[in-house]
Amino acid sequence: MSNKRNTILLVLLGAILFTMPLLLDAIGQSFLLGSATRILIYAIAAMSLNLILGYGGMVSFGHAAFFGVGAYVTGILSFHMFEDTTIFGLAGTNSAAIAWLASIAISALMALIIGALSLRTTGVYFIMITLAFAQMIYFLFVSLQRYGGDDGFMMFDGRSRIAGLELGDDISFYFVCLAALAIFAMGFKTLVNSRFGQVLKGCHENEPRMRALGCPTYRYKLVAFVIAGAGAGFAGALQANLTEFVSPDYVHWTRSGDLLIMVILGGIGTVLGPFFGAAAFLMLEEFLPIIFKGLGLPLLQEHWRVVFGPMLILIVLFAKKGLYASLMDWGRRKND
Amino acid sequence: MVLFIEQLLNGVQLGIFLFLVSAGLTLIFGIMGIINLAHGSLFMVGAFVAATATTASGSFVVGLIAGVAAAGVTGLAMEYFILRHLYHRDHLDQVLATFGIILFANEMVTIIWGRTPLFFNAPDILNGSIELVPGIIYPVYRLFIIAVGIAVAALLYGVITRTRVGMLVRAGATDREMVGALGVNISVLFMALFGFGAMLAGLAGAMAGPLISVEAGMGESQLILSFVVVVIGGMGSLRGAFIGAMLVGIVDTMGRAFIPDLLKLFLPIAEADGLGAGLSSMSIYMLMALVLVIKPSGLFPASSGSH
Repeated sequence: MSNKRNTILLVLLGAILFTMPLLLDAIGQSFLLGSATRILIYAIAAMSLNLILGYGGMVSFGHAAFFGVGAYVTGILSFHMFEDTTIFGLAGTNSAAIAWLASIAISALMALIIGALSLRTTGVYFIMITLAFAQMIYFLFVSLQRYGGDDGFMMFDGRSRIAGLELGDDISFYFVCLAALAIFAMGFKTLVNSRFGQVLKGCHENEPRMRALGCPTYRYKLVAFVIAGAGAGFAGALQANLTEFVSPDYVHWTRSGDLLIMVILGGIGTVLGPFFGAAAFLMLEEFLPIIFKGLGLPLLQEHWRVVFGPMLILIVLFAKKGLYASLMDWGRRKND
Repeated sequence: MVLFIEQLLNGVQLGIFLFLVSAGLTLIFGIMGIINLAHGSLFMVGAFVAATATTASGSFVVGLIAGVAAAGVTGLAMEYFILRHLYHRDHLDQVLATFGIILFANEMVTIIWGRTPLFFNAPDILNGSIELVPGIIYPVYRLFIIAVGIAVAALLYGVITRTRVGMLVRAGATDREMVGALGVNISVLFMALFGFGAMLAGLAGAMAGPLISVEAGMGESQLILSFVVVVIGGMGSLRGAFIGAMLVGIVDTMGRAFIPDLLKLFLPIAEADGLGAGLSSMSIYMLMALVLVIKPSGLFPASSGSH
């Protein structure tokens, strides 16, 4: 792995992302900007999952729960702002500063409760329990009749407000998400290289040894779980803003699976991997049907998942290193 | 009181389904330490094939046998082509690959049978209701499910505790490598066990057919409930799966039946309905959290055989 190559990749990536609205405009596909924004948002969620999955070795199958909690908090605050009603005695708000912070705080709190219980177990139990808790949150949202139950609700008040910016404009919102991702990625890199990150990796490599060294592993893992939950909650708040729509579907258990796939596809335990994973996953979802249509396979156009499922199995069986590692190793395999 | 007993029986009947699905899940995990998300897909295959075979042949028994056989064959194929290559991988790989199987299975079922849910009826003898004790009338078909489930549970218990195969299964759950070292062909044993677990899931699916709508993705709610069951009961333990399944079935059914009414005693009706629906669907997860706080490895943890 060379640092030089990593730098080139980063500069290239930054340039592409920064000029994305122009590029899409130039090829006359500016409607794809929404999909590009979605990639940025899911990249934040996948990165946050990677903290516990890739660095802490905790296979959480319920990460979409925190994404959904973040989306619902921002959505519900906006809902009450529009209705001019209160929730638990508090007025609604459409201020990004308040709503997004509330999303982060409440997802972190949920992650603290769920993590504190789930981390009492390990291995396959942990997978099942995180899945079950996410399912519990799913049913909680489905039962919120006031907020549309099964169907979810529209944010009639529009996107959150930031002084001096018009988030209702898709290009402005794209750049806000890009800035959010950049800040999140830099913070993430600092975190995993810090002492905290090293301890977390140590827990993954050999937890009994870390404990023997006098390290309170449970607490470290719990803190990581809470940070990851908060990150996903932030992504959820952005996603609610992107679509101006919130529904229990964000917490559907397959969404948690999607996030896991993004991390693996991009490269587990790497800072940038989940971004590539999110981009590849969402682009496959968007373009596979179109590709099959172009190939004259209408059956597969409708049922593209019948190809996607086996693809996933093959990736797991044969190409586990992920896209990021492939980009870094490209053309230099013989020298290793 | 009548309602209470009816709901209790409904809870037992849901518990039976959950037991049939989780038995395979827990045995497979106990022996091979593998987590199979696609176990719910076997439930779905059982239901679809049973629906088609019953409609085509006009005989429920034929449908039941076809459903069980199809789930068994699907399970064996799944084991041979995919899961076999995942034994020595970590749980994450197993989760992702079997997640891929679910995507494939759901889409395949949609291609073959379409998006419209299928319905089929239980045979006429099982269709009526009987009066259990004066005042309590209960559908025969649900009693039939309870009877079949208890018979299967008793049979499994007998096989596991009294036969040589059962002894190998128990030994495998304790120390898989050692059983292999003693000259037992572990991969054949596992394949047989996997096929058997698949057949149990298929049986549950085929019997559930007349009660719930048969559609793509129907196995997933069963799968997640089965996870709750094995977490409560303890991974790898058949007894744990049975008791966990009964607990989950009864708590879930009772919660749905009575929590909204209880809330109506001190809340406005509209709010009580909404909150009650939420609380009752969350009740089993709260039960799970409670068990976890008291016993993190479940009520009847099997020994430390797996990773």
